[in-house]
Amino acid sequence: MGKLFAVVLVIIALASAYPIVTHMYVMPEDISTHGHQIDEQLSDTMAEAGISFLLAQFVLAFFVWTFAERKVGSKLKNFPGGAKVMVAAAFILVGTEVLALGVFGQRAWANVYFTPPRPDALQIQAQAGQFAFYFRYPGVDGKFGAIHPDKIDEGNQNYFGLDPANEIESRDDIVSAELAIPVNREIHLMMHAKDVGHSFYVRELRIQQDFVPGLDLSVHFTATKTGRYEIVCTQLCGLGHYNMKAYLNVMAQDDFEKWMKQKASEL
Amino acid sequence: MEETSAQQAHVHAPPEGFLRKYVFSLDHKVIGKQYYALALLAVSMGMALSWLMRFHLVWPTTRIPGLELISKAGAPGGIITPEYYLSLLTMHGTLMVFFVLTNAPFAAFGNFFLPIQIGAEDMAFPRFNMMSFWTTLAAFLVLILAFVIPDGPPISGWTSYAPLSAVGKDAGPGMGWGMNLWAISIAIFCIGSLLGALNFIATTLDLRAKGMTLMRMPICTWAWFITSCIALLAFAVLLPACILLILDRTAGTSFFIPSGLVVSDRLQPHSGGSPLLWQHLFWFFGHPEVYIAILPSMGIVSHILINSMRKPLLSARVIIYSMMSIGFLSWMVWGHHMFVSGMNPFSSLLFSFPTLTITIPATIMTMIWMGSLYGANIRINAASLFALGFISMFVSGGVSGFFLAQPSIDIVLHATYFVVGHFHMVMGVASIFGVFAGTYFWFGKMTGRMMNETLGQLHFWLTFIGTYCIFMPFHYLGLVGNVRRYSAFVNDYTGPLLPLHKFITIAALCTGAAQLIFIFNLIYSRYKGAPAPENPWNGTTLEWSIPSPPPWNNFGGKHPVIYHDPYQYDVKGSKGDYIMQDSPEPSAG
Amino acid sequence: MRTKQAFMTGVAILAAVTTTSAVPGGGTVSGKVTYEGTPAKQKPIDMSKEPSCAKQYATPTTTETVVTGPNNALENVVVYISAGAADEPPPSQSAVFTQKGCRYIPHVLAFQVNQPLEVLNEDQTSHNIHPLAKINREWNKSQPPGTPPIVDKYDKMEFIPVKCNVHPWMHGTFAVLKNSHYSISSGDGGFSLPNLPPGKYTVTAYHESYGEQSQEVTIAGSETKSVNFVFKAKPY
Repeated sequence: MGKLFAVVLVIIALASAYPIVTHMYVMPEDISTHGHQIDEQLSDTMAEAGISFLLAQFVLAFFVWTFAERKVGSKLKNFPGGAKVMVAAAFILVGTEVLALGVFGQRAWANVYFTPPRPDALQIQAQAGQFAFYFRYPGVDGKFGAIHPDKIDEGNQNYFGLDPANEIESRDDIVSAELAIPVNREIHLMMHAKDVGHSFYVRELRIQQDFVPGLDLSVHFTATKTGRYEIVCTQLCGLGHYNMKAYLNVMAQDDFEKWMKQKASEL
Repeated sequence: MEETSAQQAHVHAPPEGFLRKYVFSLDHKVIGKQYYALALLAVSMGMALSWLMRFHLVWPTTRIPGLELISKAGAPGGIITPEYYLSLLTMHGTLMVFFVLTNAPFAAFGNFFLPIQIGAEDMAFPRFNMMSFWTTLAAFLVLILAFVIPDGPPISGWTSYAPLSAVGKDAGPGMGWGMNLWAISIAIFCIGSLLGALNFIATTLDLRAKGMTLMRMPICTWAWFITSCIALLAFAVLLPACILLILDRTAGTSFFIPSGLVVSDRLQPHSGGSPLLWQHLFWFFGHPEVYIAILPSMGIVSHILINSMRKPLLSARVIIYSMMSIGFLSWMVWGHHMFVSGMNPFSSLLFSFPTLTITIPATIMTMIWMGSLYGANIRINAASLFALGFISMFVSGGVSGFFLAQPSIDIVLHATYFVVGHFHMVMGVASIFGVFAGTYFWFGKMTGRMMNETLGQLHFWLTFIGTYCIFMPFHYLGLVGNVRRYSAFVNDYTGPLLPLHKFITIAALCTGAAQLIFIFNLIYSRYKGAPAPENPWNGTTLEWSIPSPPPWNNFGGKHPVIYHDPYQYDVKGSKGDYIMQDSPEPSAG
Repeated sequence: MRTKQAFMTGVAILAAVTTTSAVPGGGTVSGKVTYEGTPAKQKPIDMSKEPSCAKQYATPTTTETVVTGPNNALENVVVYISAGAADEPPPSQSAVFTQKGCRYIPHVLAFQVNQPLEVLNEDQTSHNIHPLAKINREWNKSQPPGTPPIVDKYDKMEFIPVKCNVHPWMHGTFAVLKNSHYSISSGDGGFSLPNLPPGKYTVTAYHESYGEQSQEVTIAGSETKSVNFVFKAKPY
């Protein structure tokens, strides 16, 4: 039975590693300017974790194969060096590995969170509410109208609670169910939660950030490839959470301008 | 060490009458078995919920016959609605984390064996002990009441993030009385756990037998002791958090709810609160809680491995100090659940360093366990197989932690199936393997009859292979970005993942069915198992020096005297290959 | 959709004929509902988050909060007798509200107190219908595709806005009325309330965006009295 354990364990370890090594399940192509650092960090970690995983499972299998159910009266012995070697190895190997991951990893994090958005970034506001995302562009006046929660009227597509009857700044605000952006332009996405916690996740952009009710949060990013990408909610927000999504539509600059004109004409 | 008066003050009369003996018992052994039975009931319910969830994910339009009778609103025509899926998910997590993983390895085995292993007649406060079980049972009944009320159980997950959990019934189905019952149940559970933790600590410090120094306590006793210290502080934070939540929901306070929220077309009458406050309070409890779930199993597995290997670990002290370091570091890492939560991103970096550092004691322990196998003569049976399986599972679950500990990688893996795979492997499998190992090892001592070894080994193989088949693929799904807590997969990118999901579901249903072997073995052996001798495994610790099952006062009125460290195996010059702790036979230490 | 509306109205009237407050050959109140001013533009609905619905429309459908017709006709106005007519027991046929193409059909559904309401889901996605009742009991129910119709009823008169919790653009109205004397203005703004016994009545017109207006009318025999309503439209 001991030898069977070893064999089964080795098979399981190899079978577990197979989909990773053959890249069967990978993140989609990165279309962001900062994502490559995350991807490198991920593959470095995968290499280290993968080696640790395989090594540990193989050593466990080997030891059980060799030392299980030996003859009665077999001489017992200790691993040379004993506990001291284990402690030293853990500190040195694991300690340096994890510190390296931590120290180098913070660069990718800093790139997303510690650099402020450029002053000429395109400002778009995102609102997350049970169970859809809506996006608002400030229009020709460059100003966002105020949000009045008591004026929200979804039947009339007034998702943000704007008051165009009384406030001029809201009259040209463009509200859209899709996040249309020009390619290669930095976007400053301001995030407003209408009701409960939500989250903004675009796999291809390598961005994930929670919407927190009451907090003015934002993310900034630049998309480098045109196309349509899914935005999904990743913070449990109620019964429609599974169906809470929208599309990021990255367009060439002139297509984006055409889109904006079209939207403005519908106001 | 002199015999303390605490021990003498402890002498109580033997229990009489059915109620005192089996129901409202003050005997730590009965209470331990009561906790075990509660955990068994909770895990059966929790597993059944997970089958319903897995079934719905891959066969959403297939009727589940009879489900509409359990919940007319939740499963019309036998098809699970999106909110019912979330309530199954919420109850699954709540039952498993609280009523299984805190109860079984810690409260059940700890209650039964801690007093015995330190040579005491009972816990320091037998009445508190009884109260802690009945309080925990009350918490369980309040929780499952949520299944029965018309609006159903809550849908906010076992983590109950505010404001979804705080605004009341506007947030969705089940968020009225269902959510109230959840918060009340967990608050009651906190009280039960606090009583239990207090008892364990007082007992360990005060009631050790003569010669039983702290360093002569078995590793599992240390694990229960360290876990109790963590539990005392952690549940002391969850309890007020639940109270604040209840106040927000019922008394119009705004601890967790800011102004201007429009939920279900209604402007919520709150202002000034912070949703992040709930997350901080919850995870300040929640992270230590996961160590509460794993440490006792680490102790049990160490204890069983040593006995199975017939030689001590390379160093029991290193294991104990590592467990203490894990306990200490566990207070500093809670923010790793909140990397993208909107808290200060600098805090995220600060939290990631202790999170990565906690890998060190965990690795030390794994290397000590594995290194100790070298040169041993490992007896293979159901108990030792589960103990060895624990090591494999702990490694697998632990390495995925490398990824999640780094905020930059967490950007893409947060709230995906990668996280779900990680915590299921460490908590849902490794920790449970510790419980299985403990059951096969100690069942004879607890009931007087041995479990069937063939069925036990069959149970091991099916469970070991089955749980790898279920939970390893979760990591692949996460690497693609498959988001968790979705009741259906309607995204463009999830379509191609459905075959893998089907594989997981089938593995889950088969592995679940395999657990029936364990249940059958428990029940069958309880009545028809081979009679258990006093020391079937040739063990050295005090539980093996008393009859199986032990008498009501454990040591028959005698007070054991301890002469040795707990794991005197393969000692030069000893008569057999082991020396019991209370044996006057001289040895190395 | 309008045929279905007319059919349901017809069925309701037929059922009402068997009760005491409707008199065959009685008087009729009819007229037109129109608006003055500039109504808000009905906006196209982007259903991209629900592809199974979005693909049902070659060009996106629009909101229906203000539906107008030729000559300033105002549709979807519920015109009913708010005073002067007796309450009636409900008909046994259900009032049917259908979720199709991620819209509610009809946009305004009028039915009686305690009349069965049947909600159908003909889409491939799960809907969660949420009638925002304030006087009646408020409830919401999920309806995955392929599940039986939701059946419920209301026991008090109320105009209830209806939304879908999952698809925020879906909006409708339930008009729960006390008797069978109601009519929803059609494409030309016209409505008709037949079978009225002699008496003094208050006729009320309700529009979801423009509010309520009432007029008094007296019916002597079997004549047709004309009553028109004009609502003030607002651009926002």
